[in-house]
Amino acid sequence: MGGLQKKKYERGSATNYITRNKARKKLQLSLADFRRLCILKGIYPHEPKHKKKVNKGSTAPRTFYLLKDIRFLLHEPIVRKFREYKVFVRKLRKAYGKAEWTAVERLRDNKPGYKLDHIIKERYPTFIDALRDIDDALSMCFLFSTFARTGKCHVQTITLCRRLTVEWMNYVVTSRSLRKVFISIKGIYYQAEVLGQLITWLVPYQFAHDHPTDVDYRVMATFTEMYTTLFGFINFRLYQTLNLVYPPKLDSKAESELKAEHEEDYAMDSESYLEKLSALSASLARVVATAEEEEENQLDQFPADGEDLENMEAREKEQKEQEAQNRLFEGLKFFLNREVPRESLAFILRCFGAEVSWDKSLCIGGTYNVTDETITHQIVDRPDIDKQYINRYYIQPQWVFDSVNAKMRLPVEDYFLGVTLPPHLSPFVEEKDGDYVPPEKLKLMALQRGEKHVQEEEEDDDDDDDDEEYNDEVDDEDLTEEKNLKKMEDQRSQGKQTLAVKVTPGKVKPWETGSVGNKVRLEKEEKAEEKRLAIMMMKKKEKYLYDKIMFGKKRTTREANKLAAKRKAHEDTSKAEKKQKKAKKQ
Amino acid sequence: MRTVNLESQKNGTMSKAKEKSAKKRVVEEDDDQLPIFDKDVTEKKAGEEDDADLSDSEESVFSGLEDSESDSHDEEEDAEEGDDEEDDDDAVILDEILTKSSGVETATEPPATDKNTPTDIRNTVGNIPMEWYQDYPHIGYNLDGKKIFKPIRNKDELDEFLDKMENPDYWRTVHDKTTASDIRLSDEQVDLVHRLQKGQFGDVNFNEYEPSVDFFTNEVMIHPVTNRPQDKRSFIPSLIEKEKVSKLVHAIKMGWIKPRKPKETTPQYYDLWAKEDPNAILGRHKMHVPAPKMRLPGHEESYNPPPEYLLTEEERMAWEQQDAEDRKLPFLPQKHSCLRAVPAFSRFIHERFERCLDLYLCPRQRKMRVNVNPEDLIPKLPKPKDLQPFPTTMSLVYIGHSSLVRSISASPTGQWLVSGSDDCTVRFWEVNTGRCMKTLEVGGAVKSVAWNPNPAVCLVAVCFESTVLLLNPGLGDRLVVSSTDQLITSYEPPEEDKEQAVTWALSEGPEHDNGHRLTLTHPKAVKQVVWHGKGDYLASVMPDNSSNLQVLIHQVSKRRTQNPFRKNKGLVQCVSFHPLRPYFFVATQRYVRVYNLIKQELTKKLMTNCKWISSMAIHPGGDNLICGSYDCRLAWFDLDLSTKPYKMLRHHKKALRGVAYHKHYPLFASGADDGSVIICHGMVYNDLLQNPLIVPVKVLKGHQITHDLGVLDVTFHPTQPWVFSSGADATIRLFT
Repeated sequence: MGGLQKKKYERGSATNYITRNKARKKLQLSLADFRRLCILKGIYPHEPKHKKKVNKGSTAPRTFYLLKDIRFLLHEPIVRKFREYKVFVRKLRKAYGKAEWTAVERLRDNKPGYKLDHIIKERYPTFIDALRDIDDALSMCFLFSTFARTGKCHVQTITLCRRLTVEWMNYVVTSRSLRKVFISIKGIYYQAEVLGQLITWLVPYQFAHDHPTDVDYRVMATFTEMYTTLFGFINFRLYQTLNLVYPPKLDSKAESELKAEHEEDYAMDSESYLEKLSALSASLARVVATAEEEEENQLDQFPADGEDLENMEAREKEQKEQEAQNRLFEGLKFFLNREVPRESLAFILRCFGAEVSWDKSLCIGGTYNVTDETITHQIVDRPDIDKQYINRYYIQPQWVFDSVNAKMRLPVEDYFLGVTLPPHLSPFVEEKDGDYVPPEKLKLMALQRGEKHVQEEEEDDDDDDDDEEYNDEVDDEDLTEEKNLKKMEDQRSQGKQTLAVKVTPGKVKPWETGSVGNKVRLEKEEKAEEKRLAIMMMKKKEKYLYDKIMFGKKRTTREANKLAAKRKAHEDTSKAEKKQKKAKKQ
Repeated sequence: MRTVNLESQKNGTMSKAKEKSAKKRVVEEDDDQLPIFDKDVTEKKAGEEDDADLSDSEESVFSGLEDSESDSHDEEEDAEEGDDEEDDDDAVILDEILTKSSGVETATEPPATDKNTPTDIRNTVGNIPMEWYQDYPHIGYNLDGKKIFKPIRNKDELDEFLDKMENPDYWRTVHDKTTASDIRLSDEQVDLVHRLQKGQFGDVNFNEYEPSVDFFTNEVMIHPVTNRPQDKRSFIPSLIEKEKVSKLVHAIKMGWIKPRKPKETTPQYYDLWAKEDPNAILGRHKMHVPAPKMRLPGHEESYNPPPEYLLTEEERMAWEQQDAEDRKLPFLPQKHSCLRAVPAFSRFIHERFERCLDLYLCPRQRKMRVNVNPEDLIPKLPKPKDLQPFPTTMSLVYIGHSSLVRSISASPTGQWLVSGSDDCTVRFWEVNTGRCMKTLEVGGAVKSVAWNPNPAVCLVAVCFESTVLLLNPGLGDRLVVSSTDQLITSYEPPEEDKEQAVTWALSEGPEHDNGHRLTLTHPKAVKQVVWHGKGDYLASVMPDNSSNLQVLIHQVSKRRTQNPFRKNKGLVQCVSFHPLRPYFFVATQRYVRVYNLIKQELTKKLMTNCKWISSMAIHPGGDNLICGSYDCRLAWFDLDLSTKPYKMLRHHKKALRGVAYHKHYPLFASGADDGSVIICHGMVYNDLLQNPLIVPVKVLKGHQITHDLGVLDVTFHPTQPWVFSSGADATIRLFT
């Protein structure tokens, strides 16, 4: 019974957390500065497990940070810079007030700045860490690079973002690491595999932004500040891994080719190089001039057996597929019409080894003209074109995207001018069993397996076949479970109606005499019954969990069914329309 | 003739003279008393307002200077001797400030060199009020320290007046108080005063409207403006400057001053991860949670999605009416026929911004996703097949009652079944055939029936309203039937007749023929009757919350009734005898109390955790007990283990009405309002360390739900693994 009474909230979780305001006071920063610091250092609030305990008995909604985080911020040199900047602003204001222009100039010259290098290094101790976190940086930089040069943020930031994104695109082109592309209503998604990391980014369409008023651009600018630093270092490192010169230089050969006679008409000297780089039509200069970069990095054969061998084979196969995809457009010569998004298409086509050009008036860097006879594909996005060359395909841009996603050159017929395009599917969706798979995807999968493209009339049957095939692939266990589920539902729903039937007295089931199928059915029923009884004996907690899982499963099946029904209705209506049209024609 | 020369220091020849133009007398020229002024003498004349003589003089006073006579001057002045008058006028300065109070003491000029005035009579008293000298004969001291005496005769008012009247120069005479002499101003001085009064320049000849001549003209001249040779210092470097420069140089050398660097606008990048340490924990701590990546888009986000992903008209309406947070999709799927028709996404910046906010404002938490196969959650139980026998199929339906069958009971031989119903009948059935052997009308809805468990006695207890009827159905062995009758008739009333709570009445006449043997009339409505295992004792329940007369125990052989409880412990739901030991179980609404009948004490109080107990059954072994409750639960108690339920089963969806144990098989059954009877395997081991094994083995359905009531009572066949159930649909069913 001895000893001091322990005070409340002086131990345990209450001491591990700190509220935002207290943290701010501890750091002696204004809220804006605190936020900026959090953004730069990647500090985020934590949700304590026992909120009331941490909040010292109060239930008021508060934001909590880990005390360790805040202590860690205390030693940050950037904090001092923030304070210096505050002083600088005060001095500047004073000088302005006194109209001391020399002082203003002097202060301006000595404006305190800070670098984020150490923070980047600290947040991302290894390069892979940084690469893993680059998705947001990419999307943000691509967004900022499309901003107008006036207004929302500094021009330097915009140009820097542009420069970095161009560098990135050049890297992806050179390393041929683009994997998937997707045209969404938001913008164009790209997915690249860089050093084993899947990196996805979203590029908005090239339109002027309608800047919303309820967005705090300072927050975005702070993020961008951090992201550009991170992104620059990553680019440097990536260029280094490919033996490329950083900042990127065009190949001397390419450069001489690109030398246009009216360069200065097109852009200022300072900008033209970046523009040439962003044209993406030329290869980059290397530090060590290798003769040809085509060193086939063959997988060495290791003596292996059993599972290892299988793994190895799988890996080898994968790599081969990958290489095949990388050479998807090799040997093709594309010409982009002026109405298609040049940068995006040039980027994708170059990533897969095609030659691309465009009209000279469209952008710098076009290497050949429309009149070139060797052009194999011309990408057009208009209903019709006047002068057509006979030895090239005129296709819509979706062909490129779909082909990339399918990892094969799709038949061009579906993508000719004026043709209603097939639906564009997201390559990021990986359907699990039980999910709805759109029929186009099934068709595509059949095509990838090497099946012949069948005629329209047979399509429906084909679809069914595919369905079945697909179902066969589904794990048996899950399938049975699904069936069980459905059966149970049926039973439940039918329970009331069939009661009278069930109760008919004296009807002994043919236990032994039944046929084989009957036996199987009986066995199944028995199993279902067993399961149901076992479920009754579940513990409350587990029952809850089980119910939740089952609910989720049922929901997915319900949604899939809904989509399938919708599709069916749509097809019915479209068929009816077709028939009507035919009838009218006749 | 002497003239007054007033000089001021400023121009060297300036002095101050005060003129009180209107009231002053003219200075007498020949006045011998008057001190003689040298031209250098500085005279100060303060026009003291309070001076009696000069009382009403308060106007502006002028300082004037006169140099009418040719005097000796300084060298400088000598040069301009010829022009002295002009010079004098130049020097006249109007000094209004000085006039009022005492003027500034003027510095003395070099001593006069005038031959005519060898004595300097300048007063040396300084700037003091002259009335201090009123009482003295002198007014001060000259430079030699000799007293300056006042004039012998002061002018009085009359003199003044006369002077004013007679002296034509009176208006230009001023009185010098320090020397007590009058001074007559000359014409020039008067002129000067006039000019100054008008605000003109003191110098007559000064032309204020002269055309200005620029010192530097716009014409380039061949000669320099000044002919002065340049200074030597303009040729040699300045020492001071050198000192300053050297200081700056030193500061730069020491690094105190840094040269202004050209601003670096482009950031410098280098290989930041040149020396990376893969083992380094993220700078802060291990609790860092990396931000989750953005969700990848699905088919519905495509610019040209498959048609099934587009929203129908109703879905679109619903989407628009939903709040932004509730929407499943944050955007409307749209279909565009070609790429050029795709517009900009209006919420692009918003979404990016929201992502930013998520990154720095959202608390991050590692959520353990239960990636569990639901199959694994299902407990592994022995297969029901291995636990046979148990009833699996419905084999017989006993039809005959016209209202819900509240209670059933099987005979100890298992040949007969009795049932009591709300249609005021008791029916006796043959179990194997389903034939109704006998129907007895009783005077009310039958609440409970119970067959005497003693196989040597053929008695059935039936309760309706406030009566408990003991029947002899006359079924089965004749011997048993007759011996039962004999047992009842052999009763001999004791000598002393005790007052009992219940009246015992022997049935006679037609009732006797119907099988009625004994009628126990209770004071209140009876709900349940239950036999003791030996068949002699009978307990009846009269639920009543307000009295202690709720449970009565009757002894049939002695026709005796006793009330075992003195206190009311709550509404009694049902009671039961222990099959082997003298224990008595009383279930109130929430608790089951176990009484020792011999010791007459409470041994145990079982907490059922139920809201309202409906039924109770005791394992034939006597150590386990099940309780059914109206809140859909069945509680299994292991009496040796604890007073809390060993297991709580929530198999039924609706209120439980009846529970029963099988006498021999490890089975128990529960019937509920959802119309189902659930048979469970409830194995009780002799080994005390092993807990009972409870496995549900069969759900029996058959009863139809009428008026929200399903199964009302269940009971097992005494020997076979069969179960009877009676339901609200007026049927009794046998499951085998």
